[in-house]
This record gives sequence, structure tokens and C-alpha cells, in this order.
Amino acid sequence: METQTASGNALAPWEDANAKPLITFRDVSKRFGAFTAIEALDLSIYKGEFFALLGPSGCGKTTLMRMLAGFEKPTTGSILLDGIDIANVPPHKRAVNMMFQSYALFPHLTVAENIAFGLKRTTMAKADIAARVEEMLKLVQLENFAARRPHQISGGQQQRVALARALARAPKLLLLDEPLAALDKKLRQDTQFELVDIQEKTDTTFVIVTHDQEEAMTVATRIAVMDHGRLVQVDSPDRIYETPNSVYVADFIGDVNILRGRGHTRADGKVEITWADGQPKLIGTSGESLNNTECALAVRPEKIAISSTQPAQDANALQGAIHDIAYLGNTSTYHVRLSNGQILKAQETNSQRISKRKYTWEEEVWLSWNETAGVVLTR
Amino acid sequence: MNLQRRFLIAVPYAWLLLLFFIPFVIVLKIALSNIALAIPPYEPTFSWSEGWSGLVAFLRQLDFENFVFLTQDSLYWKAYLSSLQIAFFSTVLTLLVGFPIALGMANAPERWRPMLMLMIILPFWTSFLIRIYSWMGILNQEGLLNQLFLWVGVIDDPLKMLNTNFAVYIGIVYTYLPFMVLPIYATLEKLNPALLEAAEDLGCNHTQSFWLVTVPLSKPGVIAGCFLVFIPALGEFVIPSLLGGSQTLMIGKVLWEEFFSNRDWPVASAVAIVLLLILIVPIILFQRNEQKQREAET
Repeated sequence: METQTASGNALAPWEDANAKPLITFRDVSKRFGAFTAIEALDLSIYKGEFFALLGPSGCGKTTLMRMLAGFEKPTTGSILLDGIDIANVPPHKRAVNMMFQSYALFPHLTVAENIAFGLKRTTMAKADIAARVEEMLKLVQLENFAARRPHQISGGQQQRVALARALARAPKLLLLDEPLAALDKKLRQDTQFELVDIQEKTDTTFVIVTHDQEEAMTVATRIAVMDHGRLVQVDSPDRIYETPNSVYVADFIGDVNILRGRGHTRADGKVEITWADGQPKLIGTSGESLNNTECALAVRPEKIAISSTQPAQDANALQGAIHDIAYLGNTSTYHVRLSNGQILKAQETNSQRISKRKYTWEEEVWLSWNETAGVVLTR
Repeated sequence: MNLQRRFLIAVPYAWLLLLFFIPFVIVLKIALSNIALAIPPYEPTFSWSEGWSGLVAFLRQLDFENFVFLTQDSLYWKAYLSSLQIAFFSTVLTLLVGFPIALGMANAPERWRPMLMLMIILPFWTSFLIRIYSWMGILNQEGLLNQLFLWVGVIDDPLKMLNTNFAVYIGIVYTYLPFMVLPIYATLEKLNPALLEAAEDLGCNHTQSFWLVTVPLSKPGVIAGCFLVFIPALGEFVIPSLLGGSQTLMIGKVLWEEFFSNRDWPVASAVAIVLLLILIVPIILFQRNEQKQREAET
């Protein structure tokens, strides 16, 4: 990867060796009885980041977040906030606030009282509290709902109250536990951008836990993909998508075709993959040198071109018959069955009306992609 | 409205009419009658055979004399007042004992809860009277408690506990504890644990989150529990007559004595009517609390 300038990079502090992280996990493990939720984890999160913890349920992402909030203590290792070990600091004394998945709004308090709840626990003067609540209500555009009770407002509004309440104490770190899971899809998409907006406005470090890869891609500056208590890859969304480091990450983020075989690095530096009887070898690129190594070529459906005649220019070309067509409106995904039975997905943008669709069921087609379109993965 | 729906609504009303309203009218009628040496021991009695004029003559003989009598003899208002006082303080005591029990149950591991619930309900499977009698065995001069205290050496002479107001409080708190614990437990069990975590996250220590979140959110259960204890305790008769002493004045006991010892049915009925009127206030408040809770849940 390219190196950043010595002065550091404000947009990507994690690439700057001199940047001081806000949060540091040092060899943190967490066990519940015999179950290991987090295994020897090291991680740094920097100020101003919108950091996403992504993974399937049970991967340890929630445990990681609850350790940041103080509801769980690491079994071994230490967690530093601004360089200070917070393992023994109880939740109510941490400069960390959390937005709960269920929002956890106090049903017996009004919207304004909910937002003021955390402020009243400080030494803040009454007038200042009122001003801060007003400011928060404005931030989440709920000025007209201050006197309502949580059950008198919509789910989207409740979500915003929860956000305002968590932000009111101006925490160094805001934790968001599946913040948008309870919203319907349309509202969720709007809210994602709102979240990013608010994060930038308040200049607070956000850590979001989600199982929704699209959500993580939209909001995060960096994504940590987790599996079984370990970090599989920590990177910016585009790198997670374009250069996943393992089949697990490639498969978890977006749609992907995985072609498994044995790879061999040729003299020209390209990797040649022998993968199925009667199928041509696949050509890809890899930073590693492979010598008859087990590997997989991961190719995104949108990087595969589909044509009725054999294409001349692409390095990889496979023939098959169209098995299924998934029409998604803006795009169509063609499921093409190769002669060895494997089904590959290729995506085309529907720039023309569907009546002019080029291919139909059982039609013989060629799938092709160039040598840099896929990623050779050895894990 | 079709017939089926009318019928459905008619059932509870018929129930109330038959088992509440008609008995109430009968008691009211007796309360307005005069004592008599007869069977039944009051007059006038009403018979259908005399027709309209008989009914008018019958109604003319009814008066409020017994109610006036209740205001003249200080025994009655003292008994009402003392009942209110005993019911109030035993409700407070039951709350103080019951709330921690309910809280402990709600915080217990889920697999223990049915067992704990069973332990709360278990005493109901034994006769109420037998349980009160066993308290007599525990509290009397030679009872278990005095023997224990003497053996430990806390006291030199046995304490007089039975036949005091103290024993009455013990009896009421013991008997009505489940009525306090169960509604409070029901509200605490529904409490989303994330709310307590949110309170902690927002700067509350355990004590603060208890007073600012747990207590306000258990309010409907506390109110329900208090009424469920207060209402029956106010008219309680068995506990004061078995555990209480001669100085224990409770309206239930007075009512019993009017009815069985003095055989003054009209005055006993008047006492009952006034007791009912006193109880209507907390009952209406209780119903409103229940309704508010139902509305909040929907």
C-alpha cells in the first residue's frame, strides 16, 4: 500500500504512525465460562473516526462494545481511553455514552427529560442544562416534541431522542448498538446519512455495531470485520470491498463468486489457478508468491461481463448457460451454470427497458473478466 | 348491536346485579329498619300480599336512625379511625417488606423464578385460619418466639406480644404479603434491563438508578399492591379478633359483635354500609390506576 506523508493524514489517522489513538485494545480477551467471546484482540480507534464493528451475531462485536461502555470487563488485557486504562472505571464514570439497540428511553420521562437525564447527573447549572437540551433537540430536529413521552412518538423519532440523549453529555466516544435495526429500510437509509452528518457536526468519535454490511459501508470511515471473537480485517470500506484479505470477508461483504483451486505464480508475476476439470485456468494477481497453493479467486458479480460470443480481450472467459435471472430494477443478476455445475453470478446495469433484454433463460453465454478484477485469496 | 354482543355484556352485569347490587339493597334495607325481638330480628318486614299500599307503608317505616346512632356513640368513629390507621400502617409495612422480596425475585436467575413464585403462593394452600392460629402459637407468652428470646438471653421475662396491636400488624403483613409482592414483581419483571444500563451509562450509580428508574417504573405495581392490602385490611375481622387484644379496635370486629353478640342486625348493617362507603374511595382509585396502566401498555 502507498505510504502517507510524514506530517500525517487527517482523514486517515490510522495510517499515520505518529497519531495517538483514542481507544486502544491491548491483547484483550473476554471469556464467559467456557465460551470465549473475544480472543487476544488488538485494535486502535482514532479521534473523529466513525468505526464500524461488523459481523454475524455471536461474533463478539456486542461484547467488544459493552466492554467500551463498561458493562463488561475484559478477562485479560487492557483497554485504554486517551491513554488511561479504563478496565476498573464503572460505566457511570466513563466519558463514553451508548445508544442502545432498544433505545432504552425512559418511558416515564418526556423527550426533553430523557435528554436532560445525563446532564442532571453532572454539576451543570440548571439554565445550562436547559440550553443544552434545546441544542440537542435542534440537532435531531425534534424541537416540537420536547414534551411528548417516548410512546407518543414514532420509531424514527425515538431513535433520534436516543441519539440526542447519548450525545448530550458530549462524550469522547459514542457507542451505537445496531442503531438503525428497528427502522424500516427507507427510513434507515435516510438516517444513515443523518448519522454521518451529526457525527461530523459534533466531532465525536462513533463506534457502531452492526450486522448490516451496507450500513457499515455507508457510514463508516473504517470497518472491522469480526468472526468468532477475532478481527479478520480492519480497513476502509472500499478496501474491505475491493481487497478483502480472506474468503470470509469477501463473502460477508456484498455478493461474490468464489472459485476454489490451486494457484501458481507465473514468471510474469500473474497467478494461474487450476480449478476444475474441463475449465480453462483462471488468471489473477496476488501480492504473494504461490506455488501450487490452495487458493480462491473472488470476483464480484458486477465485475463480470456477459456476452453471447467469446470475448477477445479479457484474460478470463468461461462458457455457461443462463440458469436464472434476478431482476432488481436497476440491475439484473444473471446466474450462469458452468459445465462443471458451478453457478456464477454476473450483474448488468439495466440501462435499457426490460423488453430489450439481451439474454434469456437457458441461453449459452460467455462470462469474462480481466486479471485484476478478482482477488486471489489464500485464507 | 346484535344479540350475541348484548348477551356477552349482560353476563357480567347480571353477575353484579345478582351478587352485589341485590345483596347491597337488602343490607341497606336492614340498615334502615329497627331492631325487633322477632325472626328476623328487625322490622318492618315487607310482604307482597298487601300490594301498593303495603309497599308505601313499608317504606314510611324506614329511617336513618341507625346511621345517626353511629355518629352519637364514639365507639364507631373510633373504630373506623383505628381501622384506617391499622390498615394504613400495615400497608406501609407490607410495602417495606414486599418490595425487596419482589426486587430480589425479579433479579433472580430466570430458572429460579418459578420456584420463588411458588414459595410466595405456597401459604395460600393452607387454611388462612390455621395460619393465624399458628401465629398465636408463635407469639404467646410461652410461644416459640419468647422461648427463643429467653434462650438467647435477649430478655429475662417473656414479652407480651399476643393480643396486642403488634400481633395484629404481624398477622396482616404476613397474610397480605403475597398481594403486595406479586403486582410489584409483575412490573419489575417487565422492566427492560437496558433502562438500568442506560441510567448507569448516563451517570447514575446503583442507588440513583434505583430511585430514578426502578422505583418510578414500578409505581403501578406498588399502587396496585397497596390497594390490594389496604382494602381487605380495613375490614379485617379474623386477624384482630384472634391476634389482637381487648384494646384493638377494628371495625370488622365491631361489626361482628353487633351482629352476633348484640343481635342488632340494623346497626350491624349500618356499620357495613358506612364501611363500604369508606372503601369505595380506594377502590375507585385502584380501578383508575389499573386503567391507566392498561392504557400505558397499549
